[in-house]
Amino acid sequence: MPFKSINSEEILETIRMVETENLDIRTITMGISLRDCSHPDIKILCQNIYEKITKKAEQLVRVGEEIERDYGIPIINKRISVTPIALVAEAAKVDDYVEIALTLDKAAKEVGVNFIGGFSALVHKGMTIGDEKLIKSIPQSLAQTERVCSSINIATTKAGINMDAVKLMGHIIKDTAELTKEQDGLGCAKLVVFCNVPEDNPFMAGAFHGVGEPETVINVGVSGPGVVLNAIRKNPEADFGELANTIKQTAFKITRMGELVGREAGKRLGVPFGIVDLSLAPTPAIGDSVADILEAMGLEKCGTHGTTAALAMLNDAVKKGGAMASSYVGGLSGAFIPVSEDAGMIRAVEAGALDINKLEAMTCVCSVGLDMIAVPGDTSAATISAIIADEAAIGMINKKTTAVRIIPVPNKKVGEMVVFGGLLGHAPIMAVNKFSSDIFINRGGRIPAPVHALTN
Amino acid sequence: MDKKELSQRVVITVVGKDKVGIIAGVSNILAEENVNILDISQTILQEFFTMIMLVDIAHSKSDFSTLKEKLASKGKEIGVKISAQHEDIFSFMHRI
Repeated sequence: MPFKSINSEEILETIRMVETENLDIRTITMGISLRDCSHPDIKILCQNIYEKITKKAEQLVRVGEEIERDYGIPIINKRISVTPIALVAEAAKVDDYVEIALTLDKAAKEVGVNFIGGFSALVHKGMTIGDEKLIKSIPQSLAQTERVCSSINIATTKAGINMDAVKLMGHIIKDTAELTKEQDGLGCAKLVVFCNVPEDNPFMAGAFHGVGEPETVINVGVSGPGVVLNAIRKNPEADFGELANTIKQTAFKITRMGELVGREAGKRLGVPFGIVDLSLAPTPAIGDSVADILEAMGLEKCGTHGTTAALAMLNDAVKKGGAMASSYVGGLSGAFIPVSEDAGMIRAVEAGALDINKLEAMTCVCSVGLDMIAVPGDTSAATISAIIADEAAIGMINKKTTAVRIIPVPNKKVGEMVVFGGLLGHAPIMAVNKFSSDIFINRGGRIPAPVHALTN
Repeated sequence: MDKKELSQRVVITVVGKDKVGIIAGVSNILAEENVNILDISQTILQEFFTMIMLVDIAHSKSDFSTLKEKLASKGKEIGVKISAQHEDIFSFMHRI
């Protein structure tokens, strides 16, 4: 049939991907610079921030829904990322930035986005006064707001690891869990600690609008574990070369859709299109799981021996297919392995196949890190800091992004379950190593950048 | 708003169990709405009826949302799944 050169099979393939394989655009994220909002008076600062966000993002949700309707592709989330608040607020003469978080929350509700990211600071080499105020405002801010997400970058390959910040973040995570204990530490699900954070990531909770970004920008995050899963299941006999090829072709199609939606959203909003993030982002929905993909490759349970190799192959093939499909690829771009948001990961943890050590190994070869991991409420701040330090070391040495989003769930023990609901899912409490890291974390200072940072 | 920027060609797909009157049901709505059918193809795969239509909605009486709703409710009435999507999504996904 002469639809330009598109045949019926391809049309039906697209429809099947959406209808039965959970293909969707995970997020359209509008990045907004707040650098012109700075003011010494907190009231004026907050007013500037509120006005700028509500003006720039006024049409975001409507345009998202229109694109969804025109193309018949679900766009699950419309979100906003802003300039790291530590930079915007530094001039304000106040002791904490909770009021700014409340302003962001109000602006997000006004324009109808479900998350706003950028309650952030970049402290990989050291903290300014504003950075420190921001970090200390995190627990209250996340407890008092619903939609605000926070991220802190504590290490880069070029700068090394700021171990003072790592130590501080252990306490901040504990405090955040404590202040949101009525909701099982939900605040920690909105807080990410990064190494080598990307400045154009559209995915929450780690999104912010980086300093090298334009005034406003549209970034798109695609999804599609279900589509990749089905493609693999259709080729049970394929060797790894063929399998990689199948994944590449599938990733290509998924990414093309992201590119189309990003360009169209940018055009309709009058905002430049930034990047497509090629991440395979799972959801708690059945069949939308990265763990299922690894198991479909022939592993009895995700987490068994071979899992790291399977994930490495998947991650690489997704990138290769995606890179051909889009002119501008950015953000995290790889497979996500958030435990609570992936039904297959949860099953693997419950079966005893997957633990925090294997997850750490997996983060060496995929896009993020220890993501949405629930640990016992009595886990010490130093242990959490040490987990962050380990992940940061992996990122620093391998020149990649790593992150920790960990929830020490108050009053819960290993084997119990915590339910966050919605896209955040539910998670079994996982064991951490019982031996202490206190003295190591208390040393403080900065772990120097590795020798391969000396590239100039 | 965007009608001028986007081309006006829409792909309508109908999938469901084969029965009498599917094509008539769909094309009646299109005729009522002044939507021109440019191309049509149908196959039957394992007793599943699949019809793909390429239509031009430039002179449609209703806007795209209303047309989509009318088609969807007709689909419910005759027990098939009808979707309408802008043509670009297919060409963009499968071609560079």
